[in-house]
Amino acid sequence: MSAQPLLSVHGVTLQYKTKDHLVTATYRVSFDVLASDRFVLLGPSGCGKSTLLKAVGGYITPVEGELRLKGQKITRPGPDRVMVFQEFDQLLPWKTVKQNVMFALESSGRKRGKDAEDHAMAYIEKVHLTRFADSFPHMLSGGMKQRVAIARGMAMEPDILLMDEPFAALDALTRRKMQDELLQLWGDTRFTVLFVTHSIPEAVRIGNRILLLSPHPGQVKAELNSDGSDPVDAASGQRLSDRIHRMLFSGQGVEEEVPHV
Amino acid sequence: MSSVPMEQMTLQQRPEYVREQVTEQDFGVVEQPLTLAERLYGNALLRKLLILVALAGIWQAYAMFLNNPLVLPTFTATLQTFIERMASGDLVARSLTSLEVLLKGYALGLGCAFVFTIVAMSTRIGNDLLETLTAMLNPLPAIALLPLALVWLGLGEPSIIFVLVHAVMWPIALNTHSGFQSVSPTMRMVGRNYGLSGLGYVVKILVPAAFPSILSGLKVGWAFAWRTLIAAELVFGTTSGSGGLGWYIYENKNLLDIPAVFAGLFTVIIIGLLVESLIFRTLEQRTIRKWGMHS
Repeated sequence: MSAQPLLSVHGVTLQYKTKDHLVTATYRVSFDVLASDRFVLLGPSGCGKSTLLKAVGGYITPVEGELRLKGQKITRPGPDRVMVFQEFDQLLPWKTVKQNVMFALESSGRKRGKDAEDHAMAYIEKVHLTRFADSFPHMLSGGMKQRVAIARGMAMEPDILLMDEPFAALDALTRRKMQDELLQLWGDTRFTVLFVTHSIPEAVRIGNRILLLSPHPGQVKAELNSDGSDPVDAASGQRLSDRIHRMLFSGQGVEEEVPHV
Repeated sequence: MSSVPMEQMTLQQRPEYVREQVTEQDFGVVEQPLTLAERLYGNALLRKLLILVALAGIWQAYAMFLNNPLVLPTFTATLQTFIERMASGDLVARSLTSLEVLLKGYALGLGCAFVFTIVAMSTRIGNDLLETLTAMLNPLPAIALLPLALVWLGLGEPSIIFVLVHAVMWPIALNTHSGFQSVSPTMRMVGRNYGLSGLGYVVKILVPAAFPSILSGLKVGWAFAWRTLIAAELVFGTTSGSGGLGWYIYENKNLLDIPAVFAGLFTVIIIGLLVESLIFRTLEQRTIRKWGMHS
């Protein structure tokens, strides 16, 4: 293993304020992401996984602990960590598919003009949307919008791609297809991705390393390896997904949900 | 569901089947063009034109029945006067005078509104200031400030422009501000993710994202300005020699040239309609409709 992790999260406690509460989202969470990892943050609602991802994105400052990317402390959002959100409105509706990708490249100063255009088209090609390069986002289906968002994120060639339940708003068939496509893309370029989900099958399929978080506030419960095939564990005789399910939901009665802000 | 007796709940076994799909030629109607009448009736412009023709018809009939051109000239007489005055250049000159003052006031009001909104977005106290001022001044009809403006700025164009700025600024500022505030958190995060901040962030993210409400602010501002201008000219018209449309209406009323009064009103309406349908509608088509942002 390489000496320095790409992303190191150390003892991070995160809090946010709602209208009348101060909520602790995560409590002293630590983990390391290595280069080319497909690192999944998995947990039930209210385990602070999205908040954690936003902290890596630089949108939230931890009250305790620190986050480092390539040894540099994360203090604010930046184009070296690109977020892909769940919401479809992450694409700018006044720009075409191509312009959306180019916008990211140009605003961040990565590339300009023709150079940006070629680069954008190369990534749009990767997600099979060349035909729709000049369409506006409102003409695309949900799955296509998410592909554009992924293309935009990858075109930036960030140190780490942060994905916040990117497929959660898609129907089951599309979702499955998108997971396969993501894995294919990863096979091409071996980018590092930090992926948040609350779906156990998705975590098992997508991740090579899965961090389990317990809710209220989020704390690390386990860190597991996955090869995507949901193997039967020799020691317990259980499938990986069953093990995860048991760990996350053991001894729990009725689930209590905390509304998101 | 629980009312079904237990004996009936055993599931009946039925055979499975797989079917061939019918091919395209076998369908009756897949897509068929509408008839000419259906398409004509589907055209909103045509329907509205029909209403206008009907209204003109009613006007003409009633005026002929009344037979008193001092109270209500006929539609044809009005139209004739309108065409004559347009041809002589009189109405055109008056319209241009009005429009010139209007544009000055509108542009100035727009600029003020934009600067004010950006100040309001950047500080909390600025935000409170904008909210308080718009709440106070937006309901105040701009024309009510004209007497004060006359005292402060004297008889002349500056007074009217002052009133116009007041008419335009508040609705635009109010709409722009609420538009900015309703930009989704995701879109804001996207903008910041790519390193945008300050004016670049406002111009590249907030303004286009809030464009639907900005556009409606522009429309309301335009309508307010146009009404205020005509009213101001009626109250006190001849600002710089010739005077605008409002003054034209007032003058002709004094001359008891009622068809000309109607022709003046006609011009006011037509200019209002043209701006609405040509400028604002085109702007809407090219922006929020194209982007799928209209609600």
